[in-house]
Amino acid sequence: MLGRLSLSAIPLDVPILVGTFIGVLVVGVAVLGLITYYGKWGYLWKEWFTSVDHKRLAVMYIVLALVALARGFADAVMMRTQLALAYAGNPGYLPPHHYDQIFSAHGTIMIFFLAMAFMTGLFNFIVPLQIGARDVAYPFLNNLSFWMTAVAFILVNISLFIGEFSQCGWLAYPPLSEMQFSPGVGVDYYIWAIQISGVGTLLTGVNFFVTIVKMRAPGMSWLKMPVFTWTAFCSSILIMATFPVLTVAVALLGLDRYFGMHFFTNDGGGNQMLYLNLIWAWGHPEVYILVLPAFGVFSEVVPAFSGKPLFGYKTMIYATCSIMVLSFLVWVHHFFTMGAGPDVNAFFGIATMIISIPTGVKLFNWLFTMYKGRIQYHACMYWAVGFMVVFTIGGMTGVMMAIPGSDFVLHNSLFLIAHFHNVIIGGVYFGYVCGMNFWAPKVLGFKMNEAWGIRAFWFWLVGFFFAFMPLYVLGFEGMTRRMNHYDNPAWHPWMLIAEVGAVLILLGVVCQLMQIFVSIRDCNKPENRDFSGDPWNGRTLEWSTSSPPPVYNYAIVPHVSSLDAYMHDKENGIDTRQAGAQYTAIHMPKNTASGICVGTFALIFGFAAVWYIWWLAAIGIVGVIATVIARSANKDIDYYIPAEEVARIENEHTRKLMAQAAE
Amino acid sequence: MKNKLLARTARLGGLSSALLLAGCELDVLDPKGPVGEGVKTLITTSVIAMLIVVVPTIILTLWFAWQYRQSNTSAEYLPKWSHSNKIEVVIWGVPSLIILFLAVITYQTCHSLDPYKPLEAEANTKPLHVQVVAQDWKWLFIYPEQGIATVNQLAMPVNTPVDFDITSDSVMNSFFIPRLGSMIYAMAGMQTQLHLLASEPGDYMGESANYSGRGFSDMRFHALAMSNDEFNAWVEKVRASSEQLDGQTYPKLAAPSEANPVEYFAHVEPGMFNTIVAKYNNGMVMDKSTGKMIQVQSAMSDMNMKE
Repeated sequence: MLGRLSLSAIPLDVPILVGTFIGVLVVGVAVLGLITYYGKWGYLWKEWFTSVDHKRLAVMYIVLALVALARGFADAVMMRTQLALAYAGNPGYLPPHHYDQIFSAHGTIMIFFLAMAFMTGLFNFIVPLQIGARDVAYPFLNNLSFWMTAVAFILVNISLFIGEFSQCGWLAYPPLSEMQFSPGVGVDYYIWAIQISGVGTLLTGVNFFVTIVKMRAPGMSWLKMPVFTWTAFCSSILIMATFPVLTVAVALLGLDRYFGMHFFTNDGGGNQMLYLNLIWAWGHPEVYILVLPAFGVFSEVVPAFSGKPLFGYKTMIYATCSIMVLSFLVWVHHFFTMGAGPDVNAFFGIATMIISIPTGVKLFNWLFTMYKGRIQYHACMYWAVGFMVVFTIGGMTGVMMAIPGSDFVLHNSLFLIAHFHNVIIGGVYFGYVCGMNFWAPKVLGFKMNEAWGIRAFWFWLVGFFFAFMPLYVLGFEGMTRRMNHYDNPAWHPWMLIAEVGAVLILLGVVCQLMQIFVSIRDCNKPENRDFSGDPWNGRTLEWSTSSPPPVYNYAIVPHVSSLDAYMHDKENGIDTRQAGAQYTAIHMPKNTASGICVGTFALIFGFAAVWYIWWLAAIGIVGVIATVIARSANKDIDYYIPAEEVARIENEHTRKLMAQAAE
Repeated sequence: MKNKLLARTARLGGLSSALLLAGCELDVLDPKGPVGEGVKTLITTSVIAMLIVVVPTIILTLWFAWQYRQSNTSAEYLPKWSHSNKIEVVIWGVPSLIILFLAVITYQTCHSLDPYKPLEAEANTKPLHVQVVAQDWKWLFIYPEQGIATVNQLAMPVNTPVDFDITSDSVMNSFFIPRLGSMIYAMAGMQTQLHLLASEPGDYMGESANYSGRGFSDMRFHALAMSNDEFNAWVEKVRASSEQLDGQTYPKLAAPSEANPVEYFAHVEPGMFNTIVAKYNNGMVMDKSTGKMIQVQSAMSDMNMKE
């Protein structure tokens, strides 16, 4: 009846987990209670959960990403603390069974649910606004994508309290992840979380690809498209090209585990290196999927705060596109040490270091954007300059590891860990936070608090150096990743420094939460409110509409005649909004509960499949299919906003603009 | 083979790594064998080449960030300036040249540091042959020429090339002695090769550099580099053990164990390594010299090995 599930699956013997569970329970009940107390369930359901508005979905994605950050970062602090303690005979406080789950969950959550969700949030925030569109191409799929990502994250967190998570690292290399060596439910949780969120991500890729190809405002030719949209475009192409590879690799692993097949097993003709090739054919492009949009953010932020156009726009586009193509040609650098021949290794090594050329060019472009500018130091600009310094170091260590001869001693060491945190934190995370600070007034209608934002930056920056520079040293001292304890006295002091770094970053995270709290608390203060829609003297179209934008974004779809369209209009006295023009009724998609329904059934299916509860799995899968069919048959999916209503909203905004101009 | 530029920058590299080394012991940058020396030269050379771009970039970033701050009204402001062919040539050109240089040394060192390439030995030094098996969670070292085997202890004479054949009887691991240089994966049903040489006597840490499960952290061994005489004495010491490794005793050894102590086996059944490889490979193993698949003589067919 309940498959493998029994009461013994609940880890009551692990005090840390019991404590966590109680904590989650208390906070959960408090949150749900507050929502009920204030009677907000209907509001949440109607305005958020079922919303197909890209701006609402963006906010939900970013909230999801911040929750994932809390979970993934708690894992990070626990690991650092374990390694600060577990030295010279002291086993530390995390036995391997628990520790191995933590590092696997940390990687999985940070990549799939922090970084990917944050990135998708930014896409949703910006891309439609930036190209002058009223929504994405497939608003329902957008909502569905969100829910698939969200339920996959819920599935990962269920593993905390029911059963266990994977103990095979964030990529679940076989044969360790095969039934023979990992008979528990951990890898199955991993498999279904990846597969469910993979559906969401793939749909996001398709959605934004089509949106950017088909829905640009009239006049916005490819080389008039803003750089962030370009990077979102390249990222979407990479998603479409590589996420199916991930799905197949993990599905084959699932076939091995569920049906006793032999794709990656030791025996029966399986080959583990097949999995490594597949997973990295996705995994390497994945890091560019994440970092290209971060580059896009900096390409918008640096010009805005330097008071200048981006230096070398076309170069930037060429560099982005060449990185996109090259990222497919480098996956073997993740396993030079498998013993491929010197020519194979040389090819992949050299292909990898070639990527550093366009990446370096991008850095120089931002550098020369600042050159002879007038740089205003808002919080976003701190993140941008910090990124340029940190990322340069990460790029160098990356090229070091791209040389197969060097990689033969650095592979899988803490040097590697330092390197990819150097680029993922310094590049991706700094970029996304920078973007959040930059576009928050557009989406929310008020600016985020500067002081707390800058404090968060300093703690993150200094904390980063304390946490990861020692890891570079430890890599040279021969310490490998994923160790639970050690007895080398030379390693211990560095581990203590890294622990200090983790605490500093913790303070950075606290400052970020404070920033969000203070920003919301002070959102009605006049100095924080943005009535103009253009708080930073922006260059691109999204700053031409109101903050927050009306549900339809643009009453009159803007005409684009130049790069940095809005700046061009401002300089030439053109009213991008065409206020007072003849408005017409606007065709909009209706909210739908189908997304959350499919997501819920997918969660039921995933949980049941993990525990071999086949009847429940059947309910889940039938539920998914039935919901999709019902949705497809539903003709009542759109509505019109009447012209008078549009006129009322637009005139209201115009009145505010006039009032502000009069002050 | 040696490239002049490489040698010249290597000298510079030696200086900078000496500075770097002043404070702490960096195993990888303080190698005790020619392979590690080669890697160290490669790392220092490539780092120096990259610093040519990296250092100016960081300095320029901080300088521009400071110089062109809004409050510095004396700095020139060009609100329209966004293109310069000269700068474009430099920012594409200089990194390209450096990568060209790195590509050349990458290609060269891929061949010169190829782990599969036998090391040159002094005249009348015969390489030592060691077969390495990664197990859950320990290392088995078989010395086919001496007919002995050990667990978690590897001995070798100094200045003698050691030819390793590496496989796994469990999940994937990576065989790594940081002081001596390169690592290579250990994978079931496959055999990989590695050639190392210790040029100084010592007790060097060896480890698995690929996570392999619960007992991974203790999957460490001592690599003992010693004189020829000491090595011979060590072989005799192993031979004096009462333990034997054959079809009967192997499964007990291969069963998962954590923090396994050092073990000696006075005798090891011939062909043990090939049998371990072949059991994941339908009884076939690749002959290293010809590259052909051959059927393993199942002298140990009674070996009751786990699936």
